[in-house]
Amino acid sequence: MSVRVADAARRPAHRHERPFLAAARARWLGFLLIALALVIVVAPFVWILQSSFKTQIAILSGAWIFTPTLDNYADVLLSRRSDFVHGLLTSVLVATASTAIVLVVATLAAYSLHRMRWSRVVVAAFLTWMLAFHVIPVITLVGPWYLAFKALGLYDTRMALVLTHVTINLPMAVWLMLSFFKSLPPEIEEAALVDGCHPLSAFWKVTLPLVRPGLIATGVLSFIFSWNEFTIALNLTSQANATVPVIVSKFSNDYEVLHAQMAAASILATLPALLLMFVGQRFIIAGLTLGSVK
Amino acid sequence: MNAHRGPRGVVGWLNATFRYWSLAPAVLLFAVLTVYPVLNLFRMSVSTIQFKGNTDFWSFTPRRNWDALFSDPSLSSAVSNTLIFVAVAVTVEMLLGLALALLVGRMTRGKGLMRTLMIVPILVPPVAIGSMFKLMYNHDFGVFNQLLGLIGLEPVSWLGSTSLALWSVIAVDIWHWVPFVFLILFAAVEGLPGEVLDAGRVDGADRWQLLRYVTLPLLLPAITVALLFRSILAFKAFDEVYLLTGGGPGTSSELLSLHLYRVFFEQNQLGYGALLSVLTIVGVLMLLAMGRRLVAGTRNG
Repeated sequence: MSVRVADAARRPAHRHERPFLAAARARWLGFLLIALALVIVVAPFVWILQSSFKTQIAILSGAWIFTPTLDNYADVLLSRRSDFVHGLLTSVLVATASTAIVLVVATLAAYSLHRMRWSRVVVAAFLTWMLAFHVIPVITLVGPWYLAFKALGLYDTRMALVLTHVTINLPMAVWLMLSFFKSLPPEIEEAALVDGCHPLSAFWKVTLPLVRPGLIATGVLSFIFSWNEFTIALNLTSQANATVPVIVSKFSNDYEVLHAQMAAASILATLPALLLMFVGQRFIIAGLTLGSVK
Repeated sequence: MNAHRGPRGVVGWLNATFRYWSLAPAVLLFAVLTVYPVLNLFRMSVSTIQFKGNTDFWSFTPRRNWDALFSDPSLSSAVSNTLIFVAVAVTVEMLLGLALALLVGRMTRGKGLMRTLMIVPILVPPVAIGSMFKLMYNHDFGVFNQLLGLIGLEPVSWLGSTSLALWSVIAVDIWHWVPFVFLILFAAVEGLPGEVLDAGRVDGADRWQLLRYVTLPLLLPAITVALLFRSILAFKAFDEVYLLTGGGPGTSSELLSLHLYRVFFEQNQLGYGALLSVLTIVGVLMLLAMGRRLVAGTRNG
């Protein structure tokens, strides 16, 4: 590397002739590309949002100018043939319950792996299996789950969704909590233990409050991933316990595609994630990038 | 012994056994809902399973599922579509994500806004992304064909033609996941040591030399991780394809995950589906093992 750099220094530097202009041009190019990226990310959302306020006829005729209507939202939310509100209830219950369970189970497990002096073999076996499960396509396990839940009488129940959502989110949650525990200086807890704190109260009163950002990141991400989950919900439930994504998919896969309602339902399905995102953005970014950079 | 100082009864017992009961729920969940199903997959893969009402009847037919594998007409296109999907989508995502991360890293303001916008596609339900693009790809009134019409071109059948459907699906995956690569690489770009870059500049390296010999080597661990994540997750792609094309027309955009879904839940071939699942799991785990070596290599080297 040093040879190359020295080479460059010897060459006449045309590119540095007018550094001011070059810098200005680079800046413009940067802004242009970023503006382009923004348009590409945002435009599809704008398109589906405006479609959701159109009548089916306005959509089909490809009109750009139209009188906005709320009929699609009314149809999705209020009409009798729509299960959307029921699905909303199912999704809220399943996402909330699975997130609560994931948080408890993952936090305890991560803490145990981190602090409880398990032998290396145990820790490695646990983490390897977790990683392996995380990369297996979930559809491969839906088959055996289907058989097992049918045998237990849990097929097409919210319980089945809660259990499976807990399972698929557990690897991410344990991984995140483990990274947050590792980022704490061990002295704090050791001091508590020396002062006569019992292991349980050291964990509860000293460590847990310190990893609150981690709990929030894990909770927000678990909730969103459970809310968005489609493959399992599609195959382990029927109409009675369909979640929001399954209902959204029904609008498009019926014989006749109900474009306007599909647009409105998609917007409604997206809102919770967007709301959570704006509330917990800082934590989400920490969660999504943690562990990958270290 | 501290026994005289410790609380008695339930609390004392909880304290004494904290180590075990803190790990037990996770182990139990994994055992029941992942280890057992995977073992069951092996048993299913040598069986034929039929339903009478709600009861399942198993018979041991090891040859049958392998025969089904070799006579499956759409398996080869599912495999090759998946390979094309993963290779093309991941390559483009890595290049665009890296370019974007480097560009945004050079910005003096607006970084926060950029990051906020880029998390949106990752968190939106994939099903909503599928419907979004289904509307935009529509042959008669979708925005792409309207724009083509404005410049006087014929409408294109984005999802309905056998030669284009897979590429349209790949384009959606790229739209969905470039932001993820960006987020990971941008975090790494922000963490680059400024002194090293300054030293390179002082030594007279131009921008390309700086990128090639300083920045990229420093970013290599993050690049490898992003690449590994994306390659493995691309194998799982299901939701958007299910919504956009359902694997069609014919099998032109059928991916392995979609094929598995069909075998399991449309053709009700649980045994053959299990065999395919076992093979998929073995394949993915081999990929993972190779990837881990790669990551270890970039970290040590």
